[in-house]
Amino acid sequence: MDRNMLEQEVIDLLADICDDDAVAEERDIDLFDAGLLDSLAGIEVLVAIEERFGVQIAPTEVERAEMNSVNKIIDRIAERL
Amino acid sequence: MTFYTSASFFILLAALIVPAAAFGVWGRGLKCWGMAASAIMLAFLYSSSAVQAAAFGLFVAIATAGAFATLASWKWGAKSMAVYRISLACTLAPLVIYKVSAVFDQNLLAFAGISYVTFKAVQVLIEIRDGLIDDMRVRDYLYFLTFFATITSGPIDRSRRFMDDLKHQPSRSDYLELLSRGLLLLLVGAVFQLVFASIALHYYAPDRSLVVPSIAYGVARQIANAYLYALYLFFDFAGYSLMAMGASYCFGIVTPRNFQAPFAAVDMKDFWNRWHITLSTWLRDFVFMRFVRWATRRRVFSSRLSCACTAYVVDMAIMGAWHGLTPDYLAYGLYHGGLLAATEAYQKRSSFHKRHKQARWYRVLSWFVTMQLVIFGFALFSGQLRTIVERIING
Repeated sequence: MDRNMLEQEVIDLLADICDDDAVAEERDIDLFDAGLLDSLAGIEVLVAIEERFGVQIAPTEVERAEMNSVNKIIDRIAERL
Repeated sequence: MTFYTSASFFILLAALIVPAAAFGVWGRGLKCWGMAASAIMLAFLYSSSAVQAAAFGLFVAIATAGAFATLASWKWGAKSMAVYRISLACTLAPLVIYKVSAVFDQNLLAFAGISYVTFKAVQVLIEIRDGLIDDMRVRDYLYFLTFFATITSGPIDRSRRFMDDLKHQPSRSDYLELLSRGLLLLLVGAVFQLVFASIALHYYAPDRSLVVPSIAYGVARQIANAYLYALYLFFDFAGYSLMAMGASYCFGIVTPRNFQAPFAAVDMKDFWNRWHITLSTWLRDFVFMRFVRWATRRRVFSSRLSCACTAYVVDMAIMGAWHGLTPDYLAYGLYHGGLLAATEAYQKRSSFHKRHKQARWYRVLSWFVTMQLVIFGFALFSGQLRTIVERIING
């Protein structure tokens, strides 16, 4: 999967879970600080990543600070693909 | 000897910190001395009861065998879920047997610290299964599991964080900074526990007769008791936690904090981010998140909200049961589970909340309501409410 396709799929996935299309524009904001994600939605993101990309990320594997923005989430998946 | 209470404990701790400081300043040997000091402390802790010592030894043997059997299975690529599940069941078994037997006043397999070491051992097992722990020395595992500073009253540390501390002995200047902070924490913790908690306990009078000059006086006395108990519990437990952090720091272990101004919480979720933090984050990571992941994968719930609410109730029910299988603790767990579920539903659904959540008056009101709910919860926890109900029923 090339990077552009990955980025688009992650943005679609996050827009769906956060219920806000703004994630496509604000790719470096802290999604937790912005109130777009909470710990519950964070787990939904992990499950969606597993289902869509086959990448398993355990709940305690990554610190929140390493996975709190659209770009960081894309990076964490890219590292594992 | 009782940790953080007996004079003999503090004398022994001081005697053990002196060599630790020397090893810390020397720049090597802190880990080895920490292990030796831990073994000495545990010998004193369990020496008064052969039964307790045997139960502790049995638990450590079971947990170690389980952890390393699972680790071997994951290392060799077999990744046997049967080995993992059997190890998990065996590690949990002593705590479950103890809690159930305590209901019948038997206290089978009990030893000081069983609740805390069990959670630490379970964390290691789950993270081996998750592939996050792929290498671990037996002696490091034993040191983590039985580290004296946190064994009886927490905070509940995590193995990967603890072992990172073991890998890198701090430089001389970093150690001196850690040592001075450690000694300060010991002092502040002692003041919390020995002074403030004692004062609150002095005025807390749960057994005073309900035969009082007037009903209003009786009600006021009970309300005052509930507030005094909350203050006592905070200063006592936060005092223990600070002293445990302080003792850990002296041995180069940066044990995480357990309290962060809990009485400043503006809602119930905020409260659990501030009260007994290492327990609530443990439950969040290993119960709440796992439950939500399991339910989301299987699409058990029709809505995100019902999934969250159920997860909160399960999470807090386990928290209550972990404290003990008594009506007071179980009610305390379910009460907080219900409150967290209600908070989640209210914050997600209420447009009033969304409109005003940043307003100063709303935050003050929310803080006030939260504090009353918290104090009521402690009245459940302490058995005060049950006593009142029983007295009213019995006349």
